[in-house]
Amino acid sequence: MRFVDEYRDAAAARALAARIASRCEPGREYKFMEVCGGHTHTIYKHGLEDHLPPAVTLVHGPGCPVCVIPMGRVDDAIHIARRPDVIMTSFGDMMRVPGGEGSFLDAKAEGADIRMVYSPLDALKIARENPDRNVVFMGIGFETTTPSTAMTVLRAAEEGVGNFSVFCNHVLIIPAIKAILDSPDLRLDGFVGPGHVSAVIGCEPYRFIAEEHGKPLVVAGFEPLDILQSVDMLLAQVGEGRSVVENQYARVVPWEGNRIALEAIGKVMRVRPHFEWRGLGFISHSALEMSDEYAAFDAERIFDVPGARIADPKSCQCGEVLKGVLKPWECKVFGTACTPETPIGTCMVSSEGACAAYYNFGRFSRERVREATRA
Amino acid sequence: MCLGIPGELVGPAEEHADLAVVDISGVRRRINVALLAGEDLKPGDWVLVHVGFALSKISESEAKAVLDMLLGTGQAYDDEIDALKGSDIT
Repeated sequence: MRFVDEYRDAAAARALAARIASRCEPGREYKFMEVCGGHTHTIYKHGLEDHLPPAVTLVHGPGCPVCVIPMGRVDDAIHIARRPDVIMTSFGDMMRVPGGEGSFLDAKAEGADIRMVYSPLDALKIARENPDRNVVFMGIGFETTTPSTAMTVLRAAEEGVGNFSVFCNHVLIIPAIKAILDSPDLRLDGFVGPGHVSAVIGCEPYRFIAEEHGKPLVVAGFEPLDILQSVDMLLAQVGEGRSVVENQYARVVPWEGNRIALEAIGKVMRVRPHFEWRGLGFISHSALEMSDEYAAFDAERIFDVPGARIADPKSCQCGEVLKGVLKPWECKVFGTACTPETPIGTCMVSSEGACAAYYNFGRFSRERVREATRA
Repeated sequence: MCLGIPGELVGPAEEHADLAVVDISGVRRRINVALLAGEDLKPGDWVLVHVGFALSKISESEAKAVLDMLLGTGQAYDDEIDALKGSDIT
């Protein structure tokens, strides 16, 4: 049965690839950015670039939450974690992200009480079980994970758990896309929009991209056929001179998003004036902090946080990779000094980072491209 | 962390009205379903679970397709399931 499904998928992929090729005007190049790291992962895993005509390039965007955490925030979190009264809790993805003075794993090895959790609700449970310790949750992620942090804080408030707080690093997808659109380095023809983030924020917030910037955006699912179909939908819009927001992933993403999630975020958090993104610098109104009403759950107000500012290592070109200006393998240290085992930059840490995804899945086809160019 | 993993609803959890028990690849855990309060969830329904919260209700065929794809991601999926096994939400 699986064989039949795969066969059908392969046939569907070939048909889509043919249609994509037929939509390309001779002599014209098309550049689309997939914003979400999950899409980057699918593209490299399945070698989707091999199915696309040379005129169509997929550029990888900044949508990997682990990748955009600046080193200073890691150092600030470790500063809190080193207090003897604190238990720091974090998603596993964050453990190896390097700060200026090492990662969570390094700090843990040196004695800091840092624990991996699956969910912020697990962190809340640790707080209930350790009333004499302060349990801090390292909140990271775009709008996919932000509702879970917000709902957990609401639950902590409901129960009156006083020793639970959030070190909030939640970031917003729209300002990141705005920063990309305002960047002079890159000319894009449209966007493959994020899937799970859109399940929360819906499709309306993207409208300015189509209406003010004249770029189409198609919210896409994570299977190879979803991405090929989204590229086809983008090319159709470009060919017809249209730019609108379309939803290829309607089977999961409601146009209006998730109202309960948005209300929870709006209650517990507020937009920061500015926030530093790794490799991208400060972006206005691009991240969230705890609201005044929930200040009692804000680790930044409870603890003395140094506010460390650490420049990215000189050799690291994550910023250019996150903006789509460089392909992973064009970075000076890719695959040599920087590997998933010894990452210098964040893009090599997370499995959804463009560099790690390319390192794990992409080398073979790159070598083939090299050989083809040589021949 | 960013992976949405399909889970099949087994039933409500006793600990809190926002919680339900799901079966995720044979692992039974409690998750929070409050974000889908308007969806009238029943045992046998499928949801996409992100860090302990059901974020979207999906069809069974979509769930199978997502699972197939996740099984192919190797380490990332194994890590997520390992993390889930350590979860004990109440």
